[in-house]
This record gives sequence, C-alpha cells and structure tokens, in this order.
Amino acid sequence: MAIVRVQAADFDTGAELDALTRGRRDVGGVASFTGLVRDFGGSGDAAMTLEHYPGMTERELEAIAAEAVQRWGLQGVLIIHRYGRLQPGDRIVLTAAAAAHRQAAFDACMFLMDWLKTRAPFWKLEETGDERHWVEAKASDDDAAAKWAK
Amino acid sequence: MKLIYFAWLRERIGIAEETVTPPASVTDVTSLIEWLKGRGPGYALALAKPEAIRVAVNQQYRKGPAPIAASDEVALFPPVTGG
Repeated sequence: MAIVRVQAADFDTGAELDALTRGRRDVGGVASFTGLVRDFGGSGDAAMTLEHYPGMTERELEAIAAEAVQRWGLQGVLIIHRYGRLQPGDRIVLTAAAAAHRQAAFDACMFLMDWLKTRAPFWKLEETGDERHWVEAKASDDDAAAKWAK
Repeated sequence: MKLIYFAWLRERIGIAEETVTPPASVTDVTSLIEWLKGRGPGYALALAKPEAIRVAVNQQYRKGPAPIAASDEVALFPPVTGG
C-alpha cells in the first residue's frame, strides 16, 4: 500500500500516521520523517516557495515509494509533499514506512527521503526581505542517495 | 515540441513553457540545448552551463544523447531541491 500526495494544503502528521496502520495487525513499527521550513534568514521575515513539476512529481514519488516497498517488503508507505509559499515552522514533507520490524522501517524511511531529495522535481526559492535566491542542490544529498545504489 | 522550464531557468528565459519547431539538426537533448542558446540572451544565460541542467523527456529523466521527437514534452530545470 503506497500513498503519495502532492498538495498545497497542510497535513495532520498524527492523523496521517494513524491512517497508515488503522485496522492492521501485521505492522510491527512505523518510522516517519517530517520536514519543516527553518528560519534560514534569522530576521523573522523569511518565506520559502516550493515549485514543482505537476505530473512528473507524482510519478517520481510513486516510483520511489514502490522501490521502498519492493526493497524492504513494507506493509505501508506514505509520502506527502507540499508546494507553494510556506513560512518558517510550516511542514513541508512527511515520509513514513510501516514494516514488520524496526530496521526495515528506519532504513526505508531514510531511503525515501534520500531519493526524494535527489529525484523528485521540486525547487525551493528562499526569500528574506527584498532578497531572493534559489536553493542550490547539495553534493551531500547526492552522496546520501548514492548509498542506496544496488 | 512542448518545452517547459522551472525555477531559475524559467526566470532567466522569461516564460514557463512554449511550443517550438526546432530544425532537423536537433535530434537529441544536447543539440536542443545548443539550439535554444541561440534564441536570445535569456536563453544563453539560462543554458550557459549545460552540466547544471537536468532534462526530462515526457516526464522521465534523460541525459545528453537521448533522442527527442516533435511530439515530446521536454522539461529543462536545475538540480532538484525538495524535501
């Protein structure tokens, strides 16, 4: 079971994680990651706008979710990613992996984020006052994704 | 051929998408980028470093020698920064 959603609206982390395992008796654990907007400017007027490629974004996230299910035999996987204008403290992304045992859940959740960071077509624009700049991709994210190469 | 641009590529080129009819010499992603560079200063600026550009053909990642056809949707964008 894979749930992938790309949306402007906020999400309720607790409700989403509850829904992932509701009525299930075969799940031993759920590992999740919630990404938030940090106050990168430090001056209190920071905002972040996430742009994405509608269609391809969903396709890439579904492929990443399917890969995780296949590699770790997950009982459930969840990816929610927001787009649009966000403020410091706002939720950006939620990934979760439900598995029989904790190691698979932890590893799969880390894999979901590492692949999402380098494959899902999102771009972050940071604005502070009159200044704006597009966030640059990090080599450390490529290295993290490369760990999962087969 | 439908072209779509994202993030700073979109801003430098000045439009989000367009439909183009490249010459017959444009057969793959590499030759498409070279041809686009000659369409104006915004294109030249956006495409100055082809190694900094990621390409999707029909919403799937492709690299330089990948063939393209008139019916394709080709997206050009910077390395992704979501999550």
